[in-house]
Amino acid sequence: MNAPLRRAGIVVMILFGLLFANLNWIQAYKADEYRNSDYNGRVQVAEYERKRGNIEAGGTALATSKETDGELKFLRTYPGGAEYAHVLGYKPVNLADTGIERIENDFLAGTSDQLIGDRIKDMFTGDQTSGGNVLLTLSKKAQNVAYDELRDNDLGVKRGAAIAIDPRTGAVQALVSMPSFDPNPLASHDPKKASAAYNQLEQDPDGPLKNRALSETLPPGSTFKIVVAAAALENGIGKETEIKAGSSYTPPTSGTPIRNAAASICPESQVTLMEAVTESCNTGFAQLGVRLGADAIKEKARQFGFEQDDLTVGQLGEDGLTVAASRTGDMTAPDGATDPAALAQSSIGQRDVRMTPLQGALIAASVANGGSQMRPYLIKQLLGPDRTTVYDAAKPRELRRPVSDQVAGDLRDMMVSVVENGTGRKAAINGYTVGGKTGTAQSAPDRPDHGWFIGFALDKNGTPVSAVCVELEQAGPGGSAEAARIAGLIMRAAINDPGGR
Amino acid sequence: MTAAATPAASPATTGEQPGVRLARSRRNAELSLLALAMVLVAAYGATVEANLLDTVTPDFWVPAAALGAVFLGLHLVIRFLAPYADPALLPAVALLNGLGVGFLRRIDLNDALPADRETLAIFAGTGGRQLAWTLVSVILAAALLVLMRDHRSVSRYAYTLGLAGIVLVMIPAVLPGRFSEINGAKLWIKFGDAFSIQPGEFAKLALLVFFAYYLVRKREVLSLASRRFLGIDFPRGRDLGPVVVVWLISLLVLIFEKDLGTSLLYFGMFVVTLYIATERVSWLLIGLVLFFGGAYLAYILGDLVGGPFANFYLRAEIWLDPFADPHDKGYQLVQGLLALGTGGLFGAGPGGGQPGLLPEVQNDFIFAGIGEEIGLFGLSALLVVYLLIVERGLRAALAVRDSFGKLLAGGLAFTLGLQVFVIVGGISKLIPLTGQTTPFLSAGGSSLMANWLLIAVLLRVSDGARRPVTGGGGKVARPAGGPPEQLHGAPTEVIRP
Repeated sequence: MNAPLRRAGIVVMILFGLLFANLNWIQAYKADEYRNSDYNGRVQVAEYERKRGNIEAGGTALATSKETDGELKFLRTYPGGAEYAHVLGYKPVNLADTGIERIENDFLAGTSDQLIGDRIKDMFTGDQTSGGNVLLTLSKKAQNVAYDELRDNDLGVKRGAAIAIDPRTGAVQALVSMPSFDPNPLASHDPKKASAAYNQLEQDPDGPLKNRALSETLPPGSTFKIVVAAAALENGIGKETEIKAGSSYTPPTSGTPIRNAAASICPESQVTLMEAVTESCNTGFAQLGVRLGADAIKEKARQFGFEQDDLTVGQLGEDGLTVAASRTGDMTAPDGATDPAALAQSSIGQRDVRMTPLQGALIAASVANGGSQMRPYLIKQLLGPDRTTVYDAAKPRELRRPVSDQVAGDLRDMMVSVVENGTGRKAAINGYTVGGKTGTAQSAPDRPDHGWFIGFALDKNGTPVSAVCVELEQAGPGGSAEAARIAGLIMRAAINDPGGR
Repeated sequence: MTAAATPAASPATTGEQPGVRLARSRRNAELSLLALAMVLVAAYGATVEANLLDTVTPDFWVPAAALGAVFLGLHLVIRFLAPYADPALLPAVALLNGLGVGFLRRIDLNDALPADRETLAIFAGTGGRQLAWTLVSVILAAALLVLMRDHRSVSRYAYTLGLAGIVLVMIPAVLPGRFSEINGAKLWIKFGDAFSIQPGEFAKLALLVFFAYYLVRKREVLSLASRRFLGIDFPRGRDLGPVVVVWLISLLVLIFEKDLGTSLLYFGMFVVTLYIATERVSWLLIGLVLFFGGAYLAYILGDLVGGPFANFYLRAEIWLDPFADPHDKGYQLVQGLLALGTGGLFGAGPGGGQPGLLPEVQNDFIFAGIGEEIGLFGLSALLVVYLLIVERGLRAALAVRDSFGKLLAGGLAFTLGLQVFVIVGGISKLIPLTGQTTPFLSAGGSSLMANWLLIAVLLRVSDGARRPVTGGGGKVARPAGGPPEQLHGAPTEVIRP
């Protein structure tokens, strides 16, 4: 019986050898993969050992961490609730992080290279110095007004966006996407609750998780006429030059006539460019577009920022929230040649033209800032845990120069005329010179139109103080007027509290 | 077999006696090793406190000292009642048991409110309960050593134990799920929520005594009567009866108790004792083919018809790809793998890991929880300690003189090794995960008691093996009445041509 006993001993050794080999496979070969797996909660537990820094605007903490008794030592809370959700994003335990929480994660968590000094100090003292703080450019008042007015808009529109920027610097003063969501449940330490909250938001047909101000592109309607007008001004057409108008215009290859929004708008056969912008004359701009040609319009749109698909809004020169590309579309027939019907429709911001609210605000800001388009940004400063060391302070810089100072001046006059005499009267602010352009864009044949307003405000010295774009998705009749009203209120708030202080 | 290579085994009176040339009891070696084990346990406790509490409390040594006192008691019983027992067994088991208590206490510290951590009582929480169970188990083991002065005496109760074993196996299967099911496996008898026992742990011992007795009696017929086929001697059909019965029992366990591990354990236990008794490879082949065939059939049936096979099918699917459903079905296994992987080569240090993230970390996944903190090197050391226990048990089997003792010790030692393989292989995705306890580490009284009884039997057999044949060295008188007649005198060994 001893021989089989010996063999049984060998079998046990083989079995243990298999265990040993398998443990080597898991703990040595696969160790890194498992250690950094998305399903590995330890990564997060380590992250929650240290107090995450604040995200602040105007001296108020918008995202902060509170100490808990649980295994995860700090709970991320968002005192502002839904108001700042699309800027801050959220930092969940078991889901992907978003927004500023994502792009500045290293600095907030204290693991960024810039904070290496704190980590080395911690090694000797045994403390856990908290992460760094991120200071935003947002104006609390402008953000408040934007959020409240969008949410409680007079038309009961459910989806929309508003963004305001400082034309001189590109600093974002307000950014709201509607509907919004409360990020607090997503940061819950109970993964089931967080997942349930996320799934509910994800399945909401109105898409509250989407940042419409940066990533939703819609037909811009008449706001696009500013781009066409800029192209015209650079092609020998002055603001007082008469252009062809009329109550109806049928492009050469199309059977569908283009009409104006009302019979009272530019029924004359000729109007000045200034009048065409002020009244938002569709027939005038359709014919102007056909006269200028698709290439001129596409090129001008590109110079304003259309077609750029890698713009981010965050820390200047660094990563940020991604911005969808605005597009002009091809304006061509199937054979590749320019299709006059498509060109005519595109010239009034229809057909395949698509624009983000940010792009609208950038157009207005460029016009207000003498033709210089500043790169938009959200992060004013990275402030160390000690609240005195400044690691990164934004240095505004020009993104592009779509039009000359002179052309910008003419566009400015025309847009001011829109608010003073034309379709954008509701945006006026007492004591300030306000310019803008309304837009009403057809969405689908059986759906209500989108309402747009892009505009800017100048103080009495002619210095631009705010540029804004408000978009109300499927707002129906009166949408652009409501957008203009909200835009005026946001700019007024931004003037009182320019933000970034 | 290799009978020619070794001196022809002369039956019944002489077994091999490696290392027993000198009749030394080595009790002092056992005591020093035991002290060393307790120092390791105390050091583990101190490291845990340093990592978790940022300080070492003045009482860090108390659990180790309490354990040490208990094991010292057992050592004294061995010194007087089994003086020639293997000196490595007790310290090795004491080390595992002590580390188990230490790790469970570490989990309690983790779960306790920060304010209460430094003052956690030694009998508090799971760790404290495990300490109490250790006390009970060691007393039981000592009692067994006192009562069973010669391992052959248990053969008197072989049929009783065999019946008891089958009943114990069957109880959870026939009980309604609410009395017997935990985490999908019906292995328990639950008395309310607070207390449950795992009868299978004890059944293992009882059945093995029966197997050993039965096989010793049937050896000749099982090993001699055969037909040759493909160069291998196969037993006659009618002699297959018992192995088929055990195969059926283990399949029933698989199906009704929904547990592959226990089933594999019983079947492996029986096949190996059968092989040891008959020295015939054909039994191993038959056993392996039957088991894997049965498991594969259960897998296919689980896919096609579900019902009682569905649980096994599910476990096999999880095993094949745990990351397919990492948040629900595969959660346990995935978290176990992540813990082991995070531990890496050196581990996070005792108290430095996150066992709170592991489901069932006190039971099935304790090896993964410990592995996160002591790393590959630490786990390898633990595996070596287990291997040492198993190989010392097999060594006792080699050295003991009677066939019953050989089968008993060999079967018990092998079963212990197989159980470690089943659970550690399960949590490390080597084989499908099953609800086995990790011997001496997992929280739970049933497992601890049964395994300590197993160790007591091994100690007794090794004492019998190493005790000098002729009197003089034997401080302990042979039990009155001597070994049972039918075993002692019967021609149980057959010299094959």
